[in-house]
Amino acid sequence: MSELVNNISIIEEPEETLSMNPRKFILWLFIVSIVMLFAAMTSAYLVRRAEGNWLEYEIPVVFSYSSVVLLISSLTMHWAYTSAKKDNFSSLKTAITITFALGIVFLYMQFQGWVELVKLKVFFVGNPAGSFMYIFTGLHAFHLISGLTVLVFALVASFRLRIHAKSLNQIEIAATYWHFLDILWLYLFFFLVYFH
Amino acid sequence: MATLSTHSATVAHVEEHDHHEPQSFWRTYIFSEDHKTIAKQYLITGILWSIIGISLSVMFRLQLGFPNMKLEFLRPILGGWINEAGKLDQDFYLALVTMHGTIMVFFVLTAGLSGTFSNFLIPLQVGARDMASGFLNMLSYWFFFLAGAIMFVSLFIETGPAAGGWVIYPPLSALPQAHKGSELGMTLWLVSMALFIVSQLLGGINYITTVINLRTRGMSFSKLPLTIWAFFLTAVLGLISFPVLLSAALLLIFDRSFGTSFYLSEIYIKGEALPNVGGSPILFQHLFWFLGHPEVYIVLLPALGMTSEIIATNARKPIFGYRAMIASMMGIAFLAFIVWAHHMFVTGMNPFLGSVFMFLTLIIAVPSAVKAFNYITTLWRGNIRFTPAMLFSIGLVSFFISGGLTGIILGNSALDIQLHDTYFVVAHFHLVMGAASAFGLLAGVYHWFPKMFGRMMNEKLGYIHFWLTFIGIYLVFFPMHYIGIAGFPRRYYAFTSYDFTKNIFADMNSFISLAAIFSFAAQWIFIYNFVHSMFRGKKAPQNPWKSNTLEWTAPIEPGHGNWPGEIPAVYRWPYDYSKPGAKDDFIPQNVPYSQTPESNLPHENELISLEKEIEAQNLNDQFKQPH
Repeated sequence: MSELVNNISIIEEPEETLSMNPRKFILWLFIVSIVMLFAAMTSAYLVRRAEGNWLEYEIPVVFSYSSVVLLISSLTMHWAYTSAKKDNFSSLKTAITITFALGIVFLYMQFQGWVELVKLKVFFVGNPAGSFMYIFTGLHAFHLISGLTVLVFALVASFRLRIHAKSLNQIEIAATYWHFLDILWLYLFFFLVYFH
Repeated sequence: MATLSTHSATVAHVEEHDHHEPQSFWRTYIFSEDHKTIAKQYLITGILWSIIGISLSVMFRLQLGFPNMKLEFLRPILGGWINEAGKLDQDFYLALVTMHGTIMVFFVLTAGLSGTFSNFLIPLQVGARDMASGFLNMLSYWFFFLAGAIMFVSLFIETGPAAGGWVIYPPLSALPQAHKGSELGMTLWLVSMALFIVSQLLGGINYITTVINLRTRGMSFSKLPLTIWAFFLTAVLGLISFPVLLSAALLLIFDRSFGTSFYLSEIYIKGEALPNVGGSPILFQHLFWFLGHPEVYIVLLPALGMTSEIIATNARKPIFGYRAMIASMMGIAFLAFIVWAHHMFVTGMNPFLGSVFMFLTLIIAVPSAVKAFNYITTLWRGNIRFTPAMLFSIGLVSFFISGGLTGIILGNSALDIQLHDTYFVVAHFHLVMGAASAFGLLAGVYHWFPKMFGRMMNEKLGYIHFWLTFIGIYLVFFPMHYIGIAGFPRRYYAFTSYDFTKNIFADMNSFISLAAIFSFAAQWIFIYNFVHSMFRGKKAPQNPWKSNTLEWTAPIEPGHGNWPGEIPAVYRWPYDYSKPGAKDDFIPQNVPYSQTPESNLPHENELISLEKEIEAQNLNDQFKQPH
C-alpha cells in the first residue's frame, strides 16, 4: 500500500500552501454557515408549505423598493472599494458613507414592510406562512446589522486614512460581506415572491 | 537564494522573540489565545462534564436496576427530587435521561473531544505557530464555558432541567405546560445550546482555516496525518450542520416564547384548546436530525482519526490504506447528510421514501468496513507495543465493529418498527458512538499527555483502567441488546407495572446497573492517574512513542509559537514505520530523503531533487506577519 501511495505522490510537485489571508478565509467559512442557516429555514418553509393549510397574501411592495436600495448600496460599496484601490480618499469616504446610509434606509424600509404586513393582518403569531415572512426578514436584518458593524469599522478606518491601495484587507472583507448580504436578501426576496 | 531567505527569516524570528513580554496570569491561563492552553481548558472542562454526565446515568440506572430500592442516600444531592417514599421523582427521571444525553453528546464528546484534540494537534501536526485566529479560538472556549454554566445552573432550578429527551421533540418541548422540564429548564437548554453552537462554529471555522492556510512547507494534503484529515472533515461537518440546528432551535424558541406555530398544530392540553394552528412537529424532526445525524460523525471521526495515528505508531507499521482511509472518511462525511430520516422511519413517512433512506444508510457500512479492515490489517503482523493508548485504540476498533453491526439491523426500515426507541437502539449507539468515541478520547489523552504536560502517565494504572473499562462497557451494553429485542422501550421510569415487561429481565437490568456502577468506579483510576501524573509523573522524553508526526519535533513543553526558530519543513508522509533498510524503525516527517539513502525506494530517490524546491517555499509563518 505504501508503495502505491508513494507512487501516486511522486507525480505531485511540491506546492505552496494556500496563502489566502486567514481573515478572508474565515469570512468565507462564516458565510457558509450563514448560508446553511438560511438553507435550513427556506427548506423548512418548503416542507411546511407542501403540507397545505397555507395562508396566501400579497407581499408588501415596500420590500421590492428595499431590494433596490440594497442593490444600490452594493454598487456604492464596490465604488468605495475601487476608490480605495486607486487611493482616491475623498470618493472612498463618500462612497462608504453612502453605503452605510443606504444600509440604514434599507433597515427602515424592512421595518415599514412589517408595518404593512400588520395592516394586511399578517401577524408574526398565526399561520406559519406569515411567521416565516417575519423570520426571514428579521434574521436577515439581524445579519445586516452585523454587516453595518463591520462597515462602521471600515468607515472609521477610511476616515483615519488607514485604508489605501496597500492596505485593502479591511475594505475587502467589509465589501465581501456586504455583497453577500445583498445577494442573500435577493435570494430570500425572490424565494418569498415565488413561493408565497 | 533559499539559504539567504531562511537566514533572514531566522533573524526576524529571534528578534520577535526578544520582544515577547511575559503575559499576566489571566492572559496566560484564563483568557489565553494559545491553542495548547485552550486545548487543556477544553480537556479539563470535558472531564468535569463527563463526571457529571456519567453520575446522572448511574442515578437512573439505580432506578432501572433496582426499582424497589430506597434512594434516601441520594437526598443530600438530589434533595426534593427524592420523594417521601424514598423514590426517585418520575419527572426528574426524565430530566436525568435528557441531561445525560445532552451532556455526553455535546459537552463531552463534541467539545471535550474535538475541542481538545483539534485545538492541540492541528497547529502542532501541520506545523503552524498557532490557530489562524487565536482570539476567535479563545472566544470559542468561553462561549462553550458560558453554555456549560447555563446548563449547569439549569440542573438546580426548582422545576428541574429540560426533560424532553436530548432530541427535544416538540410539542413536548414547545409547551411549557406540558411537563415540569418544559418550563424554565427547557428555555435554559435552548439558550445554552445556542451559545454552544456559536462556540462550535467559531472553533470549526478556525480549524478549517488553519488546516488549509497554515500548513508548513512541504505539508501537502497527501502528507497530512490522518488525525488532521479527521479533524478537518469533522469541522466541515459541524460548519454545515450546526447552523441547521440553530435554525431549528430558533423556531422552537419562537414557538415557546412568542406564540408562533411552526411546530404546533391543533393541540388540547389539560382540557384546553390551544390557539396554535398549522404547525408541524415532524418539521422539527427533519431539521433536528439533519444536524443530529452528522453529529454522530462529529463525535466519532476525531476518535477514528486519532486511532489511525496511534495504531500505526504502536504497531510500528505504515497505516494500511492511507488513501482508502481518507476516502472512507470523506464518504462517511458525505453520507452523513443524506441519511437523517432513518431516525424517523416510524413517523408515518412514505414507505418508499423509507426504503431510499434505508438504502443510503446501509451504504455507510461500506466505508465503515473499509476503516475497520484497515485497522485490523495495520495491526496484522505488526511489532505491536501495547501502551495504554494502543489498548484503548484497539478497544475502539472492537466497539466500532460490534456497535456497527447492530447499525445494519437498525438501518432496516422494517426491522425498525420493532426496535425503534427500544434499548436495542440505546445499546447500539452507546457502543458505536458513545463508548467508541470515549475510548478515542482516552486513547488520545494517554498518547498525547506527554506533549500536553511534559510528563508521562502511569502505565500500570492505564492498563488496569483499560481492562476494567473495556470489560465493564461490554457488560453494560451487550445484555442491553436482549432487553431491546424483547421490546423494552427507552426512557421509561420503571418496567414493573406493564404486562409485557412485568416479570422478565429484572435480573438483567440489575446486572446492567451493577456493571455501570463498576465501569464508573473504574474511571476514578484514570482521574487519579491524570491529576497525579500532571504534577508527579515521570518526565517525558522528546519522542516517547517514537512517532513520526511533527508535534514530537517541538520542544517537550512547547512554548508560545510551538517551535523556537524556524518551523520544520516536511518531506515525507507520516507513516514511515519499520521501513526496510532504515536505521531506526521510524523516520519522522521532517527527515529529507537525502538523509536516508539506505531506505529510499527508487522513486523516492527522485524526490530528493525536489527538496530544494520545498525548502525555498514561503515559510508560512503567521507570527512574522504583523498582527
